Amino acid sequence: MPSKITTAAAALAALQDDMTIMIGGFLCVGTPEGLVEEVLRKGTKDLTVIGSDTSFPERGIGKLIVAKRVKKVMASHIGTNPETGRQMHAGETEVVLVPQGTLAERVRAAGAGLGGVLTPTGVGTVVEEGKQKIAVDGREFLLEKPLAADFALIKAHKADEKGNLVYRRAARNFNPLMAMAAKIVVAEVEQIVPVGAIDPDEVMTPGLFVTYVVKEAVHEPGH
Amino acid sequence: MSRDIKREHIAKRVGMELADGMVVNLGIGMPTLVANFLPAGVDVLFQSENGFVGLGPAPSAGQQDKDVTNAGGQPVTILPGGACFDSAMSFAIIRGGHVDVTVLGALEVDERGNLANWMVPGKIVPGMGGAMDLTVGARKVIVAMEHTAKGMPKILRQCTLPLTAKAQVDLIVTDMAVIEVTKEGLVLREVAPDTTVQAVIEATEATLIVKDVAVMPV
Repeated sequence: MPSKITTAAAALAALQDDMTIMIGGFLCVGTPEGLVEEVLRKGTKDLTVIGSDTSFPERGIGKLIVAKRVKKVMASHIGTNPETGRQMHAGETEVVLVPQGTLAERVRAAGAGLGGVLTPTGVGTVVEEGKQKIAVDGREFLLEKPLAADFALIKAHKADEKGNLVYRRAARNFNPLMAMAAKIVVAEVEQIVPVGAIDPDEVMTPGLFVTYVVKEAVHEPGH
Repeated sequence: MSRDIKREHIAKRVGMELADGMVVNLGIGMPTLVANFLPAGVDVLFQSENGFVGLGPAPSAGQQDKDVTNAGGQPVTILPGGACFDSAMSFAIIRGGHVDVTVLGALEVDERGNLANWMVPGKIVPGMGGAMDLTVGARKVIVAMEHTAKGMPKILRQCTLPLTAKAQVDLIVTDMAVIEVTKEGLVLREVAPDTTVQAVIEATEATLIVKDVAVMPV
């Protein structure tokens, strides 16, 4: 089997304009910033981006927004990046706000082969507009459909050469879910260890989900 | 009374609602202060929706960990016994009824326990983040806020802003009063020592049911 370890440029070679990409992280904790830099360098545009939030203007997903590479964003929160709100109000970028737990389950549903999930979140709010409401045992739920992507750009603490991943602390967030929901999954990692160095019980994302592993260019020491 | 003191009083009063062993999620902003005002002997497990339980205080200078922040992105710590998880499990904890109490701020609350705290159309649209899941899923929803905004009531007959959740609020704690949401309507339970029942009624658009009102123990 060919090695999964490669460069950011090679891992994102098939990324094209108009594709849908998921980017892991929560306010940039657990975001693969090196992969985002490569998307910027490549010049890819008209992207649909799915992520927890749009980060800050100078970091992670926020940079793609500021550089106007995104035509549509699906996120639970855009408040820390004023540029997202500005582009939304100016009609330059489509913003779909999704409750965070619903976003997680929609991504998970795609990866798990489900036709969607039924959630009580959003019932009686604008979130229910255009969605099927289904009563189960007398309680109302919204049918929320799966969200899949062409690429998932994720961040992990450690990978082995087969792509088995270990996340660290709160940097896990959406990463393991996105790893299951895209055609091509690229993991930027802080460390690469030999096969066998990660105990099977410690693996958080099995390597079968991961297409490429890219070593993080700069890792601040001490953590 | 200064704004900081008001906020401390609110946080202190909310803290009295927490019991030993509870799982608690505190919203960003004033609700975060509640962690500083837990009654003696009350040990709760704080959940952070970005993916862990065992949320502890801010680290000392130089001890920040880039992978350990709260849901507002500020550096925090994870206490011994804490646990990390992904966003699906985080929201399974939240939506699945495993959080005993959530404390959130509000722009508006109304007589039915409806809450609006995520957007002002055309002005500010930060997004709902985890607030819609928290209000639907937590066993008890406490709104912690200043009673009025620029002198205008925030406790209304009916919310005018887009809702975060329908009929989910259980208790409203403000600098002026403690109000319980019941099937019959809003019941005024306590008023702050520096105000009166009449002043609270005047600062509230919603109808308040008034009987056996106590003084807020702050």
